[in-house]
Amino acid sequence: MDPTELQQMIERGLPGAHVEVQDTTGGGDHFEALVVSDKFEGKGLVERHQVVYATLGDAMRARVHALQLKTLTPAQYQNRR
Amino acid sequence: MANALDRIKSAIAGNKVMIFMKGNRNFPQCGFSAATVQIFEQLGAPYETMDVLSDPEVRDQVKAYSNWPTIPQVYIDGKFVGGCDIVRELYETGELQTMVKGATGQAATN
Repeated sequence: MDPTELQQMIERGLPGAHVEVQDTTGGGDHFEALVVSDKFEGKGLVERHQVVYATLGDAMRARVHALQLKTLTPAQYQNRR
Repeated sequence: MANALDRIKSAIAGNKVMIFMKGNRNFPQCGFSAATVQIFEQLGAPYETMDVLSDPEVRDQVKAYSNWPTIPQVYIDGKFVGGCDIVRELYETGELQTMVKGATGQAATN
């Protein structure tokens, strides 16, 4: 899977989110992603990651071996810049 | 032998800190499992591991149990805490140390 495909899947599942995806090994199955969405408000880390995994459905089981996630609300993302 | 789900539940219930991983603490078979074990080694708190590579049924059912698609998986005091990156993030903020201390009653060494 290439990073853009993964990015589009997350964006389709989380409309309005800011998503950046990198392939960390070049092998098409280890990724790192930054996801910024207001859907994360009031959610802990586990829940936030589960929201992102839910947008990937079966792809997460079959084609993505590892996905390291940074999940921020828009406010957190602003403070980081 | 108990079925996979019972083995998962009793492992989680029976250990304050329980890590489902690939390999074991001395021979982790994946970088994320190794990094996770390394964090708990640094904390110096007691923890138990289960090698999902030698138990494929557990490997599949623990993902359904926690609604989490990857291994490793860490449970503290019976509660799912996360995989490698969440545990690392909690360690960096110090939250993990508080959780471990609360569960084991043992102050983390660092």
